[in-house]
Amino acid sequence: MTSETMPGYNYAYLDEQTKAMIRRAILKAVAIPGHQVPFGSREMPLPYGWGTGGIQITASIIGPEDVLKVIDQGSDDTTNAVSIRSFFAKTAGVATTTRTEEATVIQTRHRIPETHLTDGQIIVYQVPIPEPLRFMEPSESETRTMHALEEYGVMHVKLYEDIAEHGRIAKSYDYPVRVEGRYVMAPSPIPKFDNPKMHDSLALQLFGAGREKRIYAIPPHTRVESLDFEDHPFEIQKWDYACAICGARDSFLDEIITDDRGGRMFVCSDSDHCARRVGEDS
Amino acid sequence: MYVAVKGGEKAIAAAHRLLARERRGAPEIAEISLDQIREQLSLSVDRVMSEGALYDEDCAALAVKQARGDLVEAVFLLRAYRTTLPRFGYSQPADSSRMHVRRRISATFKDVPGGQVLGPTFDYTHRLLDWSLAGEGKEAGTEESSGGDSGVGVPSPMPRVLDVLGREGIIESEGSGDDHEPADLTRQPLDLPAGRDVRLQNLARADEGFLLAMGYSSQRGFGSTHPFVGEIRMGEVEIEFVPEELGFPVTIGEITLTECETVNQFIGSGEARFTRGYGLTFGQGERKAMSMALVDRALRAPELGEEKKGPAQDAEFVLYHSDNVEASGFVQHLKLPHYVDFQSELVLVRGLRRTVREEESGHDI
Repeated sequence: MTSETMPGYNYAYLDEQTKAMIRRAILKAVAIPGHQVPFGSREMPLPYGWGTGGIQITASIIGPEDVLKVIDQGSDDTTNAVSIRSFFAKTAGVATTTRTEEATVIQTRHRIPETHLTDGQIIVYQVPIPEPLRFMEPSESETRTMHALEEYGVMHVKLYEDIAEHGRIAKSYDYPVRVEGRYVMAPSPIPKFDNPKMHDSLALQLFGAGREKRIYAIPPHTRVESLDFEDHPFEIQKWDYACAICGARDSFLDEIITDDRGGRMFVCSDSDHCARRVGEDS
Repeated sequence: MYVAVKGGEKAIAAAHRLLARERRGAPEIAEISLDQIREQLSLSVDRVMSEGALYDEDCAALAVKQARGDLVEAVFLLRAYRTTLPRFGYSQPADSSRMHVRRRISATFKDVPGGQVLGPTFDYTHRLLDWSLAGEGKEAGTEESSGGDSGVGVPSPMPRVLDVLGREGIIESEGSGDDHEPADLTRQPLDLPAGRDVRLQNLARADEGFLLAMGYSSQRGFGSTHPFVGEIRMGEVEIEFVPEELGFPVTIGEITLTECETVNQFIGSGEARFTRGYGLTFGQGERKAMSMALVDRALRAPELGEEKKGPAQDAEFVLYHSDNVEASGFVQHLKLPHYVDFQSELVLVRGLRRTVREEESGHDI
């Protein structure tokens, strides 16, 4: 299959052998939820750290019938989301959308849409550091062994130290989860506000880390628990404000600085969700 | 009322137009050609080919031009092109002892079979700006009378210096020619502990500045390996390939290589012998080849029973941070929006501050 819009390159940029290799890694990842599967990550025409893992996964699973949505910080309009969306429009000739429920594949950086994902949808996360234990143990050989032995004591100690020092767990994004009672997993730097959306999701969740060369997955209907303690249960962020545009009180809000005298306003980070609530066609 | 920033697409297109204009520079100045870059900025081309892991002078020259002379950006362009190329197979190992040598020096012996050949080197130039290059027209040093003899009289093939030591058995033998297929980092992710084949491939693709600093640190005591430069050679080597349908090797081309072999501290008390470090680059890349040899040797610490004392001896540290395409991308991704993460931190820090204030005012009452 060749790209109609980009001559000289294969459909969706990657050659078919590479796609098959990535699909094998995805299948393995789905079979072992939360486990990081090494894969032969390729150089992409976009820089490492800018979504190459997610792009490789999307390129490997996308077909002409798919409808793609790309968000960054919850918004379809941020520059990198625009850039990645146009990359797939160009190389795969795929239809794109900003509407969450219309998309069959959603590639995201740092957010899960406010709209509930449904059966048959796939959400692809861009992951910078796939290893949840990395900042406690810098060595990859060590952390792999720790996962194999289910040795997660350091993580609990870290969370406990937070409580001892600050009175609460001082982790606001990339908040570690435990998948189906086995692997501790980095949810990528989504705010902990989004963590509950990963639990028992109807959609397939795929995670790609291009530079670190790892793929992992959460199949639909999988138990995903945010780590906590009985006397310090996990809780999500709350705002004292409502969205200044749509009035939502249950969405993740971005803070906008409006002047240099301390003026600020809060608006939905999910631009599709917000626009739809005010009846605007986004 | 606040309106969410839209129009990213237009902004990107405008930025690309500006970039193209800056790249071109002042329109009254003649546009630089790929031939000029290939011929006159050849060391830039060589570095881009080495770190871009693709021997193609024209593509590398194009990358240098497109990247406005930013060599790390040019390396990235070449890598992203390389990864799309189909693979027909692997060449035969290049035999540097059959190199058509243009430069060859040894720091361990005053004279060696084949002699010391300085060739085209910056060594021993006085680093004075040469104003004669500033004007157009006739440059100094290019006249036939003052020019070198371009390798006339250099014997070919020229035996490698370390092979001479090898025959005496006073230096460890070069890697065993075992049958295992060399690993390929561009197909399989790095797996630790990494064999020397993987380490050398990683170092060959590594950023020159990173290797230079790593090699330098090992010289300053962060994992000393006491190197001598056994030999540096630079010249052209034929590349052979065995097509399946023929079953025998045919020459498919000639490439320029720089090779550095170091002789390092000895091991063993009874049968003491020297050890080796190895560096190889595309084109003329002496600084990198030497740095690579130092780091290669430093990374052999565990194998040779040496205590790890410096970052240059830590394979995980070196191999995971050597690639400038990976490093440049990840460092620069910090430019991307992080509104959501930052907002999460703001909520957290404000919450912590409020708790402290409430506790303090509680005490006052």
